[in-house]
Amino acid sequence: MLSFMAMEYSEKVMEHFAHPHNVGVMEDADGVGEVGNAKCGDIMRMYLKISEDEIITDVKFQTFGCASAIATSSIATDMIKGKPLSEALTLTNQAVVEALDGLPAVKVHCSVLAEQAVKAAVADYYKRKGLPYDHPCDACGEGGCCGHDHDCQDHD
Amino acid sequence: MFVYADNAATTAVSKAALDAMLPALQELYGNPSSLHQKGREANYALIAAREEIARCLNAESREIYFTGGGTEADNWAITEAARLGAEAGKKHIVSDTIEHHAVLHTLARLEKQGFEVTYLPVHDNGVVRLEELEAAIRPDTCLVTIMFSNNEIGTLQPIREIGAACRKKGVLFHTDAVQAVGHVPVDVEADNIDMLSLSGHKFHAPKGVGALYCKKSIKLKNFIEGGAQERGRRGGTEAMPGILAMAAALKESCAHLEENMAKVSAMRDRLIEGLSKIPYSRCNGDPGCRAPGIVSFCFEGIEGESLLLRLDLAGICASSGSACTSGSLDPSHVLLALGLPHEIAHGSLRLSLSEYNTMEEVDYILQQVPEVVRMLRQMSPVWSHMLENTEDPYLAMAK
Repeated sequence: MLSFMAMEYSEKVMEHFAHPHNVGVMEDADGVGEVGNAKCGDIMRMYLKISEDEIITDVKFQTFGCASAIATSSIATDMIKGKPLSEALTLTNQAVVEALDGLPAVKVHCSVLAEQAVKAAVADYYKRKGLPYDHPCDACGEGGCCGHDHDCQDHD
Repeated sequence: MFVYADNAATTAVSKAALDAMLPALQELYGNPSSLHQKGREANYALIAAREEIARCLNAESREIYFTGGGTEADNWAITEAARLGAEAGKKHIVSDTIEHHAVLHTLARLEKQGFEVTYLPVHDNGVVRLEELEAAIRPDTCLVTIMFSNNEIGTLQPIREIGAACRKKGVLFHTDAVQAVGHVPVDVEADNIDMLSLSGHKFHAPKGVGALYCKKSIKLKNFIEGGAQERGRRGGTEAMPGILAMAAALKESCAHLEENMAKVSAMRDRLIEGLSKIPYSRCNGDPGCRAPGIVSFCFEGIEGESLLLRLDLAGICASSGSACTSGSLDPSHVLLALGLPHEIAHGSLRLSLSEYNTMEEVDYILQQVPEVVRMLRQMSPVWSHMLENTEDPYLAMAK
């Protein structure tokens, strides 16, 4: 079963899984977001360093999950690093899937988690700054929700 | 280094099996049902193969039915036992929660048809309790089906005692022995077994061939309508290359059973000892009642598919009961049946050895697994949470 699924992973996924970018903990992060649920088998934690003019100057992530969860986290950090916050908020799970040359259907929820993790970290930044955050989570449609755990069914 | 440690999934074909099957692909091409010399030649080989399988199980050759594998044998045995039960007005079956899906899904189908199934718990060590089994047998019980050796955690069930309890109560006893035959002693007489399923590719025969042992007193109905093959019960020209290879492979396995068990058990014990040194790890299954080659571990804070694919990158073929290897969101039903929480069951690893493995390979595994676990834990927020909230001096040290 696994070999079948492994074959379904693109080279890009395997490359990011084998050598993930921006892995680690950021002690002085300006925003931290954690999404997912260990019961379902994947949790992502995203750390952002944000400059005065709202540019994401550094990103780090930690992920508990399968190869595609690690690969989506890795590529999502690449996609938002050096970008203005406003641009990071437009990151969609579809863009993450495309950047990885596709994901097996059963793994698409990992890309949703990556999008949610970025948004949760940005929401945390706004919260720390005492600023309003009004970017609804595409996955669940709730405004500024992304810090909460989605049920397993949500990211199937 | 390359290490194949997924022998519970399938094994490499042995030289003995290959040597036995090649003639069936070349000169021994006759149909065993044909009356002419090519047919007779094939038929003699088929008879000898059936005798060999029967001898290895201490059965009679007329009690052996060749099938397309272990799954088919399970389907046939359980469906037939249920039909016979229903004819006698008995529609209750006893099984357990860690059976293979070939058994569980067949039972689920019977439940839809009005049968009632009691699934015995296996407790935290993965073993069925005899007293619970005896208590579960009712006057309307027609079948007890309990696997011999579990494919994920390697637990051996008390088959002989279960069989004796079934005999005493007059209930048919079937065992899925796919992971046992060729690996541990199996004797259908001494073990009180009425029906048994086996699969060739778990003991170095090719895929696509297995057998059902069914005690001669049980009146099996035809499973596949057709010609007179398999005493008319399973029509279709016999898969000669696979059957001859399976007989040769089982003959070899049984001839070397004790030395293979000693060799494989020693490698298994070394693996368990070495992997147990990884903090926050857990060896699944019973420490004593364990098949020689199967090792199952959970490592807290990491997920099984990542572990598996990292090991694959290091040249080690293993498997996992993680949800992500199955495409479902739930981890293995076997690990959950042991009472493991989802988050721990997700971090499982199964290494399954055969006599083809070596101690050098075991040492390589013991060098790679701790390294991969350490690396994955370093990037795991679950592990970080454990470090943040711990009072354990080991974890505090790792902060």
